[in-house]
Amino acid sequence: MSSTPSSDNQRLAQHSAAPVAGHEPGTAGQEPVLSVRHLRVEFPTRHGTLVALDDVSFDIAPGEVLGVVGESGAGKSMTGNAVIRLLEPPGHIAAGEVRLSGKRIDDLPEERFVPLRGRHIGMIFQDPLTSLNPLFSVGDQLIETIRAHLPMNEREAREEALKLLREVGIPAPENRIDSYPHQFSGGMRQRVVIALALAARPEFIIADEPTTALDVSVQAQILALLKRLCADHGTAVMLVTHDMGVIAETADRVAVMYAGRLIEIGPVDEVIRHPQHPYTKGLMASIPGIAKRLDRLYQIEGAMPRLAAIPSGCAFNPRCPHAQQRCRDERPDLLPAGGSRAACWLHDPVDPLPPRQDAEGEEVSHGR
Amino acid sequence: MGADTAVKKSAAAQGEILLEAQDLARYFDVSKPWLNRVIERSEKLTLKAVDGVGFSIRRGETLSLVGESGCGKSTVARLVVGLYGLTRGKLVFDGEDISDLAGRTGRQAASVRKRFQMIFQDPYASLNPLWRVGTIIGEPLRFFRPEMSSTDRRRRVGELLEQVGLSAPDANRYPHEFSGGQRQRISIARALANEPEFMICDEPTSALDVSVQAQILNLMRDLQDEYGLTYLFISHDMAVVKHMSDRIAVMYLGRIAEIAPADQLFENPHHPYSKMLLAAVPSLEGVGKERTVIQGEVPNPVHPPTGCAFHPRCPHANERCKAEVPRLIARSDGSEVACHGVEEGRLP
Repeated sequence: MSSTPSSDNQRLAQHSAAPVAGHEPGTAGQEPVLSVRHLRVEFPTRHGTLVALDDVSFDIAPGEVLGVVGESGAGKSMTGNAVIRLLEPPGHIAAGEVRLSGKRIDDLPEERFVPLRGRHIGMIFQDPLTSLNPLFSVGDQLIETIRAHLPMNEREAREEALKLLREVGIPAPENRIDSYPHQFSGGMRQRVVIALALAARPEFIIADEPTTALDVSVQAQILALLKRLCADHGTAVMLVTHDMGVIAETADRVAVMYAGRLIEIGPVDEVIRHPQHPYTKGLMASIPGIAKRLDRLYQIEGAMPRLAAIPSGCAFNPRCPHAQQRCRDERPDLLPAGGSRAACWLHDPVDPLPPRQDAEGEEVSHGR
Repeated sequence: MGADTAVKKSAAAQGEILLEAQDLARYFDVSKPWLNRVIERSEKLTLKAVDGVGFSIRRGETLSLVGESGCGKSTVARLVVGLYGLTRGKLVFDGEDISDLAGRTGRQAASVRKRFQMIFQDPYASLNPLWRVGTIIGEPLRFFRPEMSSTDRRRRVGELLEQVGLSAPDANRYPHEFSGGQRQRISIARALANEPEFMICDEPTSALDVSVQAQILNLMRDLQDEYGLTYLFISHDMAVVKHMSDRIAVMYLGRIAEIAPADQLFENPHHPYSKMLLAAVPSLEGVGKERTVIQGEVPNPVHPPTGCAFHPRCPHANERCKAEVPRLIARSDGSEVACHGVEEGRLP
């Protein structure tokens, strides 16, 4: 925030450079596995078109874990679903592009997209009971998945399945491979789901709330496993969760979403220790901490707007302690802010909005 | 504000005991039907959801129960309000024995019931979708204070709505028109309608987003300060529990493993399970740091391990832990711990 107002030329250059820049900090030098540009998802309804995702752009590098956080309805699961094309009709991608290892995948016809799922994009969902078929043993499900994607015969696939189960930490896999999902505990089931997702060695995995249904002690085991396996295989991960604690210990970078928009993205340390967007600041301060005890938690007044009533300009402006006229008129792009990028006029490199000193939120200490 | 709260807390610590639970137990019969048992020669199965839990809560205090799923914390809450009958044990509320509360009916139960209220986890399931909000909040008033006129009742409902941060005209709307956080506010307004002394909150913020959770937790603290409410607070989230509690009881498989003042538990937990639970909490302080990963999962409560239920996962377990159930033993620092290792001085 040290820049001073300068010529219009420079301002234009910076404005056009920021959102289009190919690589974000952290991914420089490597071809990203997943690259999402200006993604927009719309739901036409009788009462008009709802914009569920609006101009979302991000990259994920090989072996990197990008955490996507936000509150219910912020569009974090929607982003994952749009990438793997599992949007509920009438939802559809209205604009933007999705590239996997450099190849554009959002405009592929359905029959050419289907083989990508599982082979190139793995998926881990919240509830392991619904992602496993209760009528088949876990071995059958693993063997089927492996043989669908890799040229192996039954015996080789079974060997591979045993190897996978061992890798995800299932004790004595020779005895468990013919068991059915209901014979496993919750944590063990989620391990099987991870084994399934990794079966075809995809380069990219979407994990949507992978540990939300699990207890804390098991959650720690699963996250450590996911992180280790993806680092070993160089798999890029998009970790969708509402839990900042999970993000803090698992992700390399964090993307914060609000009302269908990406409002802040940056390295995990930066976003958690020095959040730049007023919403991220408020969110961090409202989480009760283990280390210290406050008399009151910081609260962001109000609630996230519904899709049908997203305010003009910055979507956060009605709840923002710093909001001014410009925030109501003009929507900010992701602008460089500290070590991250935030969509907030406070960080305009040319004409930064002065923060309101009387804003209540600023007195609350965010130092964690 | 800090000093003010400190004074209030110390007053709470010396206050009279409002609720005392002694040796609470609740067993559930989870056997297969009689015919299956005969044909398959299977045994009767008993799930000991709660087995020998004792604690006391002083007036104005917040006691929290924490633990992983299946540890019996919600069952304790339901026993206390009389939604389940006791298999064994005794409950004393403000000097009156209420162990038979679940069996009482009508006005006989009402004299006690109106003094405490429960807030449930799911604000979608706990509000009748066919009733207007005003009817929902007015319901306890209609039952417990039939003499109140409808005009007075409407005025009181309006007051309650404003107290929890909604507005009086919201009484004419239906629950589906509100967000999760607002619904939880409606549940709280309903619970407050009869000016209860004691509130049992079963995971009141687990279904809510963090920013909404902060609003609800602040509201609950404000109401406690204003009315001197006593809370039995149940949650699986250690950070939330730390924020809300004066004392915390850590439960594992139907028993209390450790009960201690909140700050004491977080600074110096004694029981190996408490230590594990605290170490497993993902925290923002530990960015990029890996948690100490604990092996194993909670065993099936139908077939709990012998002796100390935690022994298969405990790194310090010995023969005695496998054979003998540990009792809660008070320590000089104000905590009570059920662990042979701590008792023998093997563990700090």
